[in-house]
Amino acid sequence: MTELQDWRSGGASASGGRSVGSAPFGPVPIEVRTSIYKMMVEMRDFEKRAYDLFLQGLVKGTSHLGLGQEAVAAGFAAAMRPSDYTFATYRGHNHTLARGAPMTAVMAELMGRQAGLMAGKGGSMHLTSVAHRMMGSYAIVGAHLTIANGAAWSAKLRDTGEVVVCFFGDGTTNIGAFHEALNLAAVWKLPVVFVCENNRWMEYTPISSVTAVAHPAADRARSYGLDPVLVDGNDADATYAAARAAIERARAGAGPTLVEAETYRHGGHSRADPGKYRPEAEVQAWLARDPIPRYRSRLLEAGVDESVLRRIEEASRSAVDAASTEAEASPPPDSSLVETDVWADGGSSWRR
Amino acid sequence: MAEMTYRDAVARGIAQEMDRDPSVVLLGEDVGSAGGVFKATVGLLDRFGPGRVVDTPISEQAILGAAMGAAMTGLRPIAEIMFSDFFAVCWDIVANEIAKTRYMTNGQVSLPLVIRSANGGGARFGAQHSQSVENWAMAVPGLKVVAPSTPRDVVGLLAAAVRDPDPVLFFEQKSLYPAKGDVPDGEVVDELGCAAVRRHGKDATVVALAAMVPRALAAAERLAGEGVEVTVIDLRSLVPLDVTTVSASVTETGHLVTVEENPRLCGWGAEVASIVAEERLFDLDGPIVRVTTPHVPLPAADALEDAAMPTVARIVEGVRRSLQ
Ligand SMILES: Cc1ncc(C[n+]2csc(CCOP(=O)(O)OP(=O)(O)O)c2C)c(N)n1
Ligand SMILES: [Mg+2]
Repeated sequence: MTELQDWRSGGASASGGRSVGSAPFGPVPIEVRTSIYKMMVEMRDFEKRAYDLFLQGLVKGTSHLGLGQEAVAAGFAAAMRPSDYTFATYRGHNHTLARGAPMTAVMAELMGRQAGLMAGKGGSMHLTSVAHRMMGSYAIVGAHLTIANGAAWSAKLRDTGEVVVCFFGDGTTNIGAFHEALNLAAVWKLPVVFVCENNRWMEYTPISSVTAVAHPAADRARSYGLDPVLVDGNDADATYAAARAAIERARAGAGPTLVEAETYRHGGHSRADPGKYRPEAEVQAWLARDPIPRYRSRLLEAGVDESVLRRIEEASRSAVDAASTEAEASPPPDSSLVETDVWADGGSSWRR
Repeated sequence: MAEMTYRDAVARGIAQEMDRDPSVVLLGEDVGSAGGVFKATVGLLDRFGPGRVVDTPISEQAILGAAMGAAMTGLRPIAEIMFSDFFAVCWDIVANEIAKTRYMTNGQVSLPLVIRSANGGGARFGAQHSQSVENWAMAVPGLKVVAPSTPRDVVGLLAAAVRDPDPVLFFEQKSLYPAKGDVPDGEVVDELGCAAVRRHGKDATVVALAAMVPRALAAAERLAGEGVEVTVIDLRSLVPLDVTTVSASVTETGHLVTVEENPRLCGWGAEVASIVAEERLFDLDGPIVRVTTPHVPLPAADALEDAAMPTVARIVEGVRRSLQ
């Protein structure tokens, strides 16, 4: 029987957990840690702005913010190579930015503008930037785990050394596609890392009330011959360490890993949902574990000069300001786009 | 030229493409060592090895998801869904993921993949293994839909489907697997969206697909005995749809009959009929007649299944009704 790998800070080390300090690849260079901080700050500022713009009616439709979950996206992105692939859900703004997609294009996509990442044809829930190997945000719960497998299978057959990282929520662990995907990935020993961002809630239902096990992802790992891996998803050093281990394992040909990152969304599920169905004490406890101030103090303790962090914070604010201004200045997409790109010939004709 | 069955033509067509292009891979339940439950993929595992011909678990979503992810990263997968009725358990991957992704990403993602499936009745398998579901696929923007009626077309259309840069659903009609026909030697490649005129006559146009083509031809033979000369068009592909060939024939004959294995409502013939009504109404000299299975799930007993499917007699009767 495999051991539980517990990467949570102060986690249940009795069950064989390793703390981040003893990560198998030595101390994390400070440049990596400051870049993780920078990513998190940018995600936070971007998402807050997206929320404001939603309230102003400039971001249309819906949006599912990653506020509070930044350490997962940043930790994993920092551990990936540019040639590795990301698959995400509709809660995918963080993951898209983390792979380097330009802020303006992402913001313009949320606003339904021509300058959008997909010229407005996808919207908030389908952010994709193939140039950054961000292979899509998928809005049917569970489906993209099976698609991530396909990219991993292809990487394996083509022998490219590419690794696929696929993010999804706790609620996703109860749909059939999750189980089909995990089994196939294990049987085919695919270079894929499945990352469950367990934020404790589906839309309005707590995951614990509808799931047979306490850890919706980790407790399922053994069914697929995998080690359960739990990580403190609000600790960017921990997510980075878990990501390094899982990605290196995948790259070495040792097969998939299923990581459960425990985290929390600061806001509601989507749109302007205030998330009032959640117990106030729970919300407060998780706000106290906000990954960004926590990482900031850790970097200061590690000797990073506060001015470095301030510069990152100021640059992020200006970048978000510029992105919002540019996105708002972009015209709506031309209506001719309605009928483009159904087919590879660029058109949508179904007859001849 | 060699005579072979429709079933053997499937393996021949896949082999032709796998030989030509190392990025073509085959995956599905029992497609490898067993050679497929319909024996349509016999010999491919031995020839191309377990890296490119892969048996999967019974996980239709995982099969099609794997095909999609592979297609978006450089492979050209051929996935098999054993019975087309099973599309219902993985329709999300087909209709929401595969069909919509190029559009949603503004053309960033290409999905050159083929999904083959055994479609339709005639095997007395009952309602969950017999339905003709090509109209499900036709209703979804972003999918090309092909259904060959002869062994030659299996090879040629499969090649076209594999080489096509877009997702293609390739329906193999179960009742045709044992049917024999000549397939030319060497490479056979067709173009998607080209109907074939299988018989020419000036009195009426009968449009059919897959297993209904031989029946339409038998009906045409019977009608010829009564002095009625019928054109039989084998549609071969529903998307793209060869409106040009159908319309030209209707203009010549003034009468249109569709022969469909699918249940009545929203079958492909309804679309063909509506296009002709909209664009060629004044060329018509009689009502458009659709011969379909009744709007029922297919029954199992041979007597009942035969009664449900369009028969030669019903096609003959349909043509007569249009001519009245
Ligand atoms: C198949 C499917 N069922 C239901 C929904 C509606 N839905 C959208 S998000 C969501 C909650 C998902 O929860 P979780 O996986 O925990 O992700 P989170 O939103 O917390 O990131 C639901 C039920 C959907 N999009 N797809
Ligand atoms: Mg959740």
